[in-house]
Amino acid sequence: MSHIESYQEMFQRVKDKGEGAFIPFVVVGDPDFETGLEIVKTYVDNGADALELGFPFSDPIADGPTVQSADVRSLNVGMTTRRGFEFIKRIREFTDIPIGLLVYYNLIYKMGADEFYKAAKESGLNGILAADLPPEEAEVLLDTADKYGLDQIFMAAQTTSNERLKKITEMCGGFLYVVAVMGVTGARSELADTTVELVSRVRSHSDLPLAVGFGISRGEHVRNVLDAGSDGAIVASALLNIIEENLENKEVMLTKIGSFCRELKEATRK
Amino acid sequence: MISKGKFGKYGGVFVPELLIPALEELETAYLKYKDDEKFNEELNYYLKEFAGRPTALYYAENLSEKLGCKIYLKREDMLHTGAHKINNTLGQGLLAKYMGKTRLIAETGAGQHGIATAVVGALLRIPTEVYMGSEDVERQKLNVFRMELSDGVVLPVESGSRTLKDAINEAMRDWITNLDTTYYLIGSTMGPHPYPTMVKYFQSIIGRETKKQIMEKEGRLPDTIMACVGGGSNSLGIFSEFIGDEEVELIGVEGGGDGIETPRTGATLTMGTEGVLHGSLSYVLQNDDGQINEAHSVSAGLDYPGVGPEHAYLKDRGRATYDAVTDKEALEGFKLLSETEGIIPALESAHAIAYAKKYAEKEDNKGKIIIVNLSGRGDKDMDLVAREMSVEI
Repeated sequence: MSHIESYQEMFQRVKDKGEGAFIPFVVVGDPDFETGLEIVKTYVDNGADALELGFPFSDPIADGPTVQSADVRSLNVGMTTRRGFEFIKRIREFTDIPIGLLVYYNLIYKMGADEFYKAAKESGLNGILAADLPPEEAEVLLDTADKYGLDQIFMAAQTTSNERLKKITEMCGGFLYVVAVMGVTGARSELADTTVELVSRVRSHSDLPLAVGFGISRGEHVRNVLDAGSDGAIVASALLNIIEENLENKEVMLTKIGSFCRELKEATRK
Repeated sequence: MISKGKFGKYGGVFVPELLIPALEELETAYLKYKDDEKFNEELNYYLKEFAGRPTALYYAENLSEKLGCKIYLKREDMLHTGAHKINNTLGQGLLAKYMGKTRLIAETGAGQHGIATAVVGALLRIPTEVYMGSEDVERQKLNVFRMELSDGVVLPVESGSRTLKDAINEAMRDWITNLDTTYYLIGSTMGPHPYPTMVKYFQSIIGRETKKQIMEKEGRLPDTIMACVGGGSNSLGIFSEFIGDEEVELIGVEGGGDGIETPRTGATLTMGTEGVLHGSLSYVLQNDDGQINEAHSVSAGLDYPGVGPEHAYLKDRGRATYDAVTDKEALEGFKLLSETEGIIPALESAHAIAYAKKYAEKEDNKGKIIIVNLSGRGDKDMDLVAREMSVEI
């Protein structure tokens, strides 16, 4: 394995080119282990600057129906935490770009933070974000993340006060995940005005790289959040919808994902 | 947050960042109004005039004679809507009103909490929507109709196992999306802080009345208090006033389903392990990876793979003990109380009755004063019990 690119290096790389970072998301092993890897390869070959991966969970309260369906598909083909890390190892055979993990805290708690983070590091991950672990509960993980050289990533939302933002920024490594909407994950046709305001507000309170996610479903959404001051855009449900709609025809699925990724990446270029 | 909402290591606020400010707002309002004179005046008025408090502590003479103990029943089954749930929905419903919220949402399994929320919504004129797994909607048509009659809107949930835990997931997602207008009225001592503390507070009236009543009747504290445990609100409600009285034995009775050694069980404290579900750290039924299992119990109110965090704490420090009775035993408890006392219990409460029978049969326990919290009445379970008994109605 060659050098794994850090988030800092990646954001600098795209910035030097005058671009923003395009970060597609997928649930590991959706719709099955090998097809999931091909999907990730398609992301990488069509402009992904970093990857955001989700481990499936039985009760994903921060997610809408699209991600939950992906979780169910992945669990139904036997995905486990161990196999999830195997999946990431396999991704590392073909790319060095940063990989972040989005996970519900119970999976970490059950395995034990030390063992989970050790396995995460060995698999080649860069960072971990626990969707249901606010700063109030996260202190215990920060040392573990440090010990294994992983970035502990946090979310900032529209409801987050400036005071909290300061605290979150101090704890957060890698990049700050800005939650675009008041709500759960899911594709949306319009980008709310409040999203743009939120990005500007977070930008003025934090020097961390920002990546905006939740509801970013089109090239113009990507462009808008980058224009508002974000360094990257995370696209999840709009891509997962392509998977769901083309489960019967893998070739079509991968072709559509590839062209949609190119469109989204293109939007990060001015 | 003002408090971290921990019971030992359990509890906490394991929720997405979006919800934290809403929980802070809720905690602040709760702490403000729980000691507010006007709020309490209004709450006490409704508890008395609308819900029918205080409830009796009834000496079950026939059952006592049969089992060889002195058994008292705390008659929460006599409350409006048929269960203790109304204590909490009146408290939180009023809190929502004082906070200026214009919409109530709730989750429900069997429908008891949904009904108690819908009637409070009607009473306080706050539109109410109740999430209910589509599986439960099918099983509990009567309760769906009752909610709708009280002008509640029932929203069937099609995701996951389509039961209570999925209804909670969906209610949380709704809340995340509609924080400004909406109050999420959780029905048990579970969820993120401040819910476990707040729901216990609104249910602790059960324990306060019970203590006063038993002192009047017996001039001393009971030897043992028993209550069924699903999420844990009726049990904590009655336990709360006695936790400091170390000589009083506290026993929580879980839904054992087909048996605790089988996967079809709801006995979270008896068989579960530590985990994070629906906002707090407690015991959960889960697999080796931390994926949450589906629970099973004949009683929908005990059919939940999690449990309130304070119970986990009481268990670990040995202040309360927890055991389970099977579906079959619960049905026997149901018949026993109906036949001996002419009181038809909810299937949930029938678990506590079944356990009281087993407990009283032990030689060491003869003659003890036992209080069973009769959390609800059995009207809602008629169809199911008739089916189990192969009776057509």
